[in-house]
Amino acid sequence: MSDTPKIEIRGLRKSFGSNEVLKNINLDVAKGGVVALIGPSGSGKSTLLRCINLLVVPDGGSVRVGDTRFAFGEGTKLPDVKALAKFRATTGMVFQHFNLFPHMTTLQNVMEGPVTVRRIAKADAEKLARAQLAKVGLAEKADQYPATLSGGQKQRVAIARALAMEPDVMLFDEATSALDPELVGEVLNVIQQLASEGMTMVIVTHEIAFAREVADRLIFMRDGVVVEEGPARQVIDSPQEAATRAFLSHFHRTGALPPANAGS
Amino acid sequence: MYQWDFGILWSYRWLFLNGLGVTVGFTVVIVLLGLVFGLFGAFGSLSRFKAIRLTALTFIEAFRCTPILVQLIWFYYALPILAGVEMTPITASALALSLYGGSFYSEIIRGGIISIDKGQSEAGAALGMTPRQSMRRIVLPQAIKRMIPALMNQSIIQFKNTSLVSVLAVPDLVYQSQVAAHDSYRPLETYTAVAVAYAAILIPLTIIVRRGEKRLAVSE
Repeated sequence: MSDTPKIEIRGLRKSFGSNEVLKNINLDVAKGGVVALIGPSGSGKSTLLRCINLLVVPDGGSVRVGDTRFAFGEGTKLPDVKALAKFRATTGMVFQHFNLFPHMTTLQNVMEGPVTVRRIAKADAEKLARAQLAKVGLAEKADQYPATLSGGQKQRVAIARALAMEPDVMLFDEATSALDPELVGEVLNVIQQLASEGMTMVIVTHEIAFAREVADRLIFMRDGVVVEEGPARQVIDSPQEAATRAFLSHFHRTGALPPANAGS
Repeated sequence: MYQWDFGILWSYRWLFLNGLGVTVGFTVVIVLLGLVFGLFGAFGSLSRFKAIRLTALTFIEAFRCTPILVQLIWFYYALPILAGVEMTPITASALALSLYGGSFYSEIIRGGIISIDKGQSEAGAALGMTPRQSMRRIVLPQAIKRMIPALMNQSIIQFKNTSLVSVLAVPDLVYQSQVAAHDSYRPLETYTAVAVAYAAILIPLTIIVRRGEKRLAVSE
């Protein structure tokens, strides 16, 4: 790990109308670090994640990923669409509801970013896309449409689609929350594999046992502020704040990951 | 009891065919032009800029909420005086009908675009697409599929609306049949035949639209 963090967020503020969802958030993610964001719904964790790739534009503070930094607030101009698009191309995002493109095959979904955004030749993009599909264990589904896949398979395609951009950072927004319980394991396995390969990741999740296994840091948010933060195991096993303890009491915190479905 | 005699219409066949040609050709022109206006209206009403949105919506509502017959007459008699340009009946009616159709196409296209889940354009943005790229690659291909039945329906209505241009003496099927009716003193046969001609063209088209709707329902 290097000294300068890969992701650096300072004084981040965001309101939707009169509802202040993020109040002065600071966050560092080291290169190769895995940070899990947990908290009750409405705590602002998804909004914070969406501020990292600027799908949500903050009202104040600054966001830096790699060498690109954007500042927000009074007197600063909003970044133009080209600069935003270029910035987002370096971060991969995986959504709760997959958001695969239903009018394209699995292979076309994964090729779309490389072809349209990175302007890679079709033949090379196809090679890249097939490799990414193989990596998430779905090489043989290349020519199927998303509608024919299970939830777990859809989410793995979505991960492959994000990885095909060869991003520096991956963001996961409750990637397993919309899945049937027996399909959660196959997706978590892929995320765990990415972590072991040294991908820098921020993961919004309700899978506390998974966060304990995979994340090296854990952030507990409530009502738009960071309540507690520290090494994942330490925070989960012995939370210091009452609010963290209350939240964590709803979950099984340890135990093996749910098994991946064999042959899926 | 009235004695029907459709045989008498045979001598007017070239007149009818001429009129039918004008009606079909006119429909093609106003559908194409209308779609162009519709695209501008739809994207205008979805613009990030409030001034563009308001302008587009004003135009759309102005043409949607006034009768087409009034628009035709207004474009032919009033607009030349206000704008100081002479227009032939054909230009005036093509413009009025295209704008009228365009206002409905706008709403269909706009509705199709906003019916696509926001997650789709977000996924495009997250990949690094500009709004234009994600509109072209992700949103429009899905939206167009949903719009097609409604666009076809509106075009069928446009085909029928062309019958109104006869009030400006554009020689379409209805205008020519008026000529034939006055000449032959056989308005019952003439207008029955005209009604049959419209139906004969539109019924196959509606069947095609209905099949398309069914196929669409299956594929989604």
